[in-house]
Amino acid sequence: MKKILVACGAGVVTSTVAMNKLKEAFDEHHVPEDAYQIDQTSIAQVASMADNYDLVVTTTQYDGAEGTTVLNGLPFLTNIGVEPLIDKAFEVLGFQE
Amino acid sequence: MSLADTKLIVPQLVADTAEDVISQLADKLTENGFVKDSFKAAVLTRESKFPTGLPTGAINVAIPHADAKYTNESKIAVATLAHPVKFRNMADTTQELDVSLVFMLGIHEAHGQVATLQKIMSLVQDQAHLQKLLGMTTVDDIFADVDAFLSDLKFED
Repeated sequence: MKKILVACGAGVVTSTVAMNKLKEAFDEHHVPEDAYQIDQTSIAQVASMADNYDLVVTTTQYDGAEGTTVLNGLPFLTNIGVEPLIDKAFEVLGFQE
Repeated sequence: MSLADTKLIVPQLVADTAEDVISQLADKLTENGFVKDSFKAAVLTRESKFPTGLPTGAINVAIPHADAKYTNESKIAVATLAHPVKFRNMADTTQELDVSLVFMLGIHEAHGQVATLQKIMSLVQDQAHLQKLLGMTTVDDIFADVDAFLSDLKFED
């Protein structure tokens, strides 16, 4: 089970959009639902939570990354540059596209 | 009930800063009773910490918003800007974007905000649609277009 943390300013609005897009991408590539878990939080909580996750995706700027890979989820909001982001996420998680 | 309202649409809004744009739109929402008096300050604070400029292409958009607790009723204020105004990029706060269209989200239902945002996202990803909105000069034209686009939004509690 791979664990993914999605974060935005308040952990409610744009992270939900990003989370849904990520789920859609997993579905599209037939990643089984029990292969991953996605949690949502605010950017302020990321530093204390990131160690327990395989991948962090943030829609707002985040500079405090150590260890866990942090990807910028803005493409999920603008639809520009989505494919490279998905490629990278799959690579980090070890999922097959 | 529609999320759009003719009283919340400002064609060719004149402003020099993001704060000015936010203030003017928040005032519209406040004057019409759709948000609490604390809404404007909440949006301004939020924008300073977590900017909402989106690099959507030739036409950039900003989506300032605040927590649902600052609102009374779900509404969206829309402004086309007379000249582009700099908003900071949501994903890279050191970068400034020239924003031409602003959608201020005042959404009362917590889950509704997400649905609204996804709908707005599909709009801001459509440069042709943004171009069409920017070319509109009257409240009625912008209202008709935005209202039709948002009309299939359904809220869940």
